[in-house]
Parts: sequence; C-alpha cells; structure tokens
Amino acid sequence: MTPSPDPIIFLWTLGKILLIAVPVIITVAMYVWWERKVIGWMHVRMGPNQIGPWGLLQAFADVTKLLMKEIIIPTNANRFLYFTAPMLAVVPALAVWAIVPFDGGGIVLSNANAGVLFLLAMTSLGVYGIILAGWASNSRYALLGAMRSAAQMISYEVCMGMAIVCVLILTGSLNFSAIVEAQAGSKGLFDWFWLPLLPMFFVYYISSVAETNRLPFDVAEGESEIVAGYHVEYSGSVFALFFLAEYANMILSSFIVTILFMGGWLSPFQGWHLGWLSTAGWWWIGLKVFVFMTALVWLRATFPRYRYDQIMRLGWKVFIPISIAWIFVAGLFRYFGVVTIGH
Amino acid sequence: MKRVIEYLRSLLLLELAAGLWLTLKYLFKPKYTMQFPMEKIPRSPRFRGLHALRRYANGEERCIACKLCEAVCPALAITIDSAPRASDGQRRTTRYDIDLFKCIYCGFCEEACPVDSIVLTDVLEYHFEKRGENILTKPKLLALGDRLEASIAANRAQDAPYR
Repeated sequence: MTPSPDPIIFLWTLGKILLIAVPVIITVAMYVWWERKVIGWMHVRMGPNQIGPWGLLQAFADVTKLLMKEIIIPTNANRFLYFTAPMLAVVPALAVWAIVPFDGGGIVLSNANAGVLFLLAMTSLGVYGIILAGWASNSRYALLGAMRSAAQMISYEVCMGMAIVCVLILTGSLNFSAIVEAQAGSKGLFDWFWLPLLPMFFVYYISSVAETNRLPFDVAEGESEIVAGYHVEYSGSVFALFFLAEYANMILSSFIVTILFMGGWLSPFQGWHLGWLSTAGWWWIGLKVFVFMTALVWLRATFPRYRYDQIMRLGWKVFIPISIAWIFVAGLFRYFGVVTIGH
Repeated sequence: MKRVIEYLRSLLLLELAAGLWLTLKYLFKPKYTMQFPMEKIPRSPRFRGLHALRRYANGEERCIACKLCEAVCPALAITIDSAPRASDGQRRTTRYDIDLFKCIYCGFCEEACPVDSIVLTDVLEYHFEKRGENILTKPKLLALGDRLEASIAANRAQDAPYR
C-alpha cells in the first residue's frame, strides 16, 4: 500500500474510491427511507409518502435540512475533539469499504490478504468517535451514552472476533474473496458456512447488531433514558456524519455477514444446473445484503431495548462460551475434513 | 435437568421467532392511516367544532341577548353586552365574544340557546396567525353562520329526530 507517484494510478484509485463511496452514501439515504417505510408498515402505518414517489426523496430532504442547520457547540465543550469525533466515526465507516468485495474476479478496491484484520481494526476505531463525542460534548447524557456504547462494543467485539475465527479456521485465509470462494461447491446454499457454523452465524449476526448500536442493543442512544446518548449535543451536519457512520456500518455489517456466512456473490443454487439462477454474480450479494439490511430493520420494529445488564450477560455469559465451544468444533470439522472447502 | 432443557430451548430463540413472525404479519396488513388533507374521516352531524351565530331566513339575527349561553358556559369563554337596538328598540347584543382559547367545545351554549342562534359547526380546520384572533367577535360569528348555514341546517335536520 505504498502511495504511487504515478498521477494516473492515483486518479484511477481516486475514481474507484468515489465509485464505492458515493453509492454507499446514496444507499445510506435510501436505507433510511426503507427503514422508515418498513417500520411504518409493521406499525400498520404508511411511512413517508409525501416527498417524491412513495416518499423516495424523503431522506434527501432530511439531509438537505440537516446540512443547512446551525451547528450548536455546547459551552465548555472541547472544540477540537468535538469536531474530530464525528470524523473519527465516519472515516473508518467509509474506509472499511476498501476491502469489501462485490463480485468475483477482484471487483474490490483493495484485495488485501489481511482483509479481515483491516475490518476488525477499522470497526474498532469507530468506538473512538463515539467515546470522544460523548466526552467532548461536556454533557452527562452524552458521557453516559459513550460509556455504555464503548463497553458494549468492546464486549461484543470479543465474540464477533471468535465467530470470525471459526470462519478463518475453515478457510485458512484472511482474504474476503478467498473466504467466499471457499464456500463454492455443488450443494447450493448448503455449501455456505452458515450450516456448519450455524450457532456462530447467529452469534455473529446478533453481535453485529450490538456492534452497530442498533435496536434491541441501542442503549448507547436510549432515547427514553439518556435522550440520544453520545450525539445528544450534536446538530446539523456533524450529527449527519454520525448518522452516516451508523448506517454505513449497518450496511457494512450486512455485507460482512453475507461474505462470511452466506456465500457472498455465490448463487444459493450453485451446482444445481438451473441456468442463470445457478451463476454467481453481484446481484446475489446485493440481494442477500438487502435481506440482511431489512432484517436489521425488522429486529428494530420487533424487539424492545435490552436492559444494560442483560446486554452484558448475553455478551459475556452466553455468546462467549458458545463461541469458544464452537471454535473447538470448527477445529474438529477442519481436522476431520467434514466441511468441503472450495470446489 | 429441567434447567438444562430450558437453557437449550432458549438457544433456539423461539420467543424471538414468534415476535418476528408477528411483526412480519403486520407488514402485509392493510394500513389504518387516513391521509388527512386528502382523505377525511366522516363527521357526525353532532360534531362540535368552530362556533357560528345563525340568522333567520329573512336575514334577522336569531340572538336575543338572553345570555343563557354566557351563564351556562363552564369555561367562561363567552362575553355578551346587550342594548336596545337603535332602529326598533329590540333587545340585541352589542358585543358577542367567544374566546377560543378558553372554549372547551362542550356544546352547552348550543343546548342552552332557546332560539338556536349559537351553534357549533363541524368545521375543525382553523388556525390563528395573530395575537387576538382567538377572540371570535359578533361580526365574525355571524359571517361564519352565513357562510356555513347550509351545512348547519343540514346537520340539525339530520339530528332532529333524536333531540
């Protein structure tokens, strides 16, 4: 990853970055719309339907409003950290997209061999944005939210990491493209890792919900107790950055769970000779990610918020023992060759 | 042993699945939302909305300044002054104010009125933009009555058998 002095390569890379970052930001906007729509439907409401056809432009109207609003800085806030925090939240959230593969054949910005490590590093950096936001705001609610969020994200990162370790044991690679290719086979969706690692699939998915501070694990925001948690003192465009980071992380976690457990761009009918249905392609990863993104919204519409000690109990006393046990099981799978890796 | 079975059952996330299934069913149900400015809920003829003062068919105002509405008003929202009318000496109001901020829309004034003069119409969409506009004065009330007479009469006719 040494920066190349060649301006053409520089511009080419910049173009590729834009080609990923801009759709991600637009997807965030559309995801907000879809979330409000689905939650509305589940509440037997209609959701946003006034701006644009079916309310499609609602998110863009909201963003325009946010960007035009005044940024109010609390008295005694640490101005430098106050403005650094949202950037610390949003930069890792966008930087991780460098290693997310969208299709076979290297449709990825950086096909890094240690992609999983980069992912873990970047998602961990996101915590700093939240902690600094809570601290720099000079507000009790913000500080409480930041501390809750930090404790929760660190606890769930442990079992998340162990779930990833199970996948790594089976594939023997830290490269996301290699992880997806290892799930190829002739038994359709039963070749994917969700089946041998079924408990880890749930542990990972639930941890990733907790990791992105989404309901039912959103005590960091806890509207009913601490108003909005770490971003209570933020308004206007700096708040928009936190919002962007949170939703980009949600989309990212849907991508990662798809890649790790649901076969990425592989067809669920692979090897069944069903013509175009059996061919792998970006549309499959898009479809799966859409399903997981909708599932996040579905969880939000269904479950009440966990109590804080329950979150900690679930993370430390349920998920971590299961993860440790399944690492052992995954090792046995690998040792006895129970799971077919690749074709 | 029971605790072990309970623990293993809890790992199946059955309660969570039941909850998710419930919200999924609601996802496809018809929605209750009434798209308010475009769609309106049907209103009863007894609906108690904005006030109006009615006139007889010959254009004479009904109100005879008996002040029963002022007396019955539980919120003290009505203020009436009266004097003999200059032209024919009949007892009429010189001032008939209703403070909409005080009014609780109980409809007692309408029931107390012996000549069906003060009525509550079925208008519920109104607003004020300036301080003081919450006071409905006599000319305003009479104008409302003139404007809405058709619907007021229709609603009274519809409800007449039950009064």
